[in-house]
Amino acid sequence: MTLVADAPASGPAPEAPIEAFTVTLIIRRFDPDVDEEPRWQDFDVQMFATDRILDALHKIKWEQDGSLTFRRSCAHGICGSDAMRINGRNRLACKTLIKDLDITKPIYVEAIKGLPLEKDLIVDMDPFFESFREVQPFLQSNTAPPKDKERIQSVADRARFDDTTKCILCAACTSSCPVFWTDGQYFGPAAIVNAHRFIFDSRDEAAQTRLDILNDKEGVWRCRTTFNCTDACPRGIQVTQAIAEVKQAIMRGKP
Amino acid sequence: MATTIDSPRAPYSVPRKRGVNWEKWGWIYMRASGVVLIVLIFGHLFVNLVMGDGVKGIDFAFVAGKWASPFWQVWDLLMLWLAFIHGGNGMRTIVNDYATRPLTRKILLGAILVSVVAEIILGTWVIFGFDPCPAGSPADVLPSFCPVV
Repeated sequence: MTLVADAPASGPAPEAPIEAFTVTLIIRRFDPDVDEEPRWQDFDVQMFATDRILDALHKIKWEQDGSLTFRRSCAHGICGSDAMRINGRNRLACKTLIKDLDITKPIYVEAIKGLPLEKDLIVDMDPFFESFREVQPFLQSNTAPPKDKERIQSVADRARFDDTTKCILCAACTSSCPVFWTDGQYFGPAAIVNAHRFIFDSRDEAAQTRLDILNDKEGVWRCRTTFNCTDACPRGIQVTQAIAEVKQAIMRGKP
Repeated sequence: MATTIDSPRAPYSVPRKRGVNWEKWGWIYMRASGVVLIVLIFGHLFVNLVMGDGVKGIDFAFVAGKWASPFWQVWDLLMLWLAFIHGGNGMRTIVNDYATRPLTRKILLGAILVSVVAEIILGTWVIFGFDPCPAGSPADVLPSFCPVV
């Protein structure tokens, strides 16, 4: 801090120093070279109320234990790299502020569940992206667009899938789903959300294929409407509603 | 200028499974039977516990009198079948969600199937094979339509 209490009286009124707190983080560590089982390790860090969990992880990695391993890229809630379980809820570390947590108790941080743990807070995302790829998350059209024009879409048509365009593939929803925890074959909320994005797109022509894929034993019918995914989504997507819309589309036989 | 290029590879085709899509019909059954069961169960509770003498009116004669009418036979039969299959299917999904070992899953699913089938057969048999006037019973516990011996 550069501002100190005994600044000259003639200057502007001194600002009170920003209050810092000692926050205890208990992190679930796992080093595949050393550990048989994951273990919990606690760290004390000085944090400001406006800091994020990601800042705490950075402080630990840079100042206390360089072996702490986690993913992060943009650090601003867009890239979807740093989804983790914070106090038992799936959150992005870069969007979870210290002031929103109860720091009188330790904060528990662990990797997301249901995917193979690789090291500390890093999991193998391959199964997650595998089911994402399986729903064909790309625009498919067999007809050429109007000559020298883009494919025009009405505002109402666009609004149908607006919510599900927001997905950043962080896996917070899929790894919060109790069905996914025990059955890795289940497509999971994120894949269904991204199928929804194209099923309800008026420009796309492969909706029926995607509905057939999701009408599988491991498809949308396994959803138990637990709403964990809606609670976990850092982008505020109404995930459970999107899954219900896909279920209704399958029953109707068309989007 | 827009040009149309051929698909770079064969279009992905979903291997269509033959036969009934049990997961889908199971899901629809849960919702449909749930709505019907709300009417059946609350109707049952109202008729048995609230109407007339309420809970004190239930005795052998009350049950025998009810099952003498085809209306209540069908009502109870529907309630029995819908509720047991609904409950059994619900238990099946819970087992599928939480039993991780294949053997545990098989045993639990088998137990659910056996109990559901046994209860449904037993219940149906009771509803249709019920004798409202068993021989040798005192007349004061029997329904009024029984012939006086």
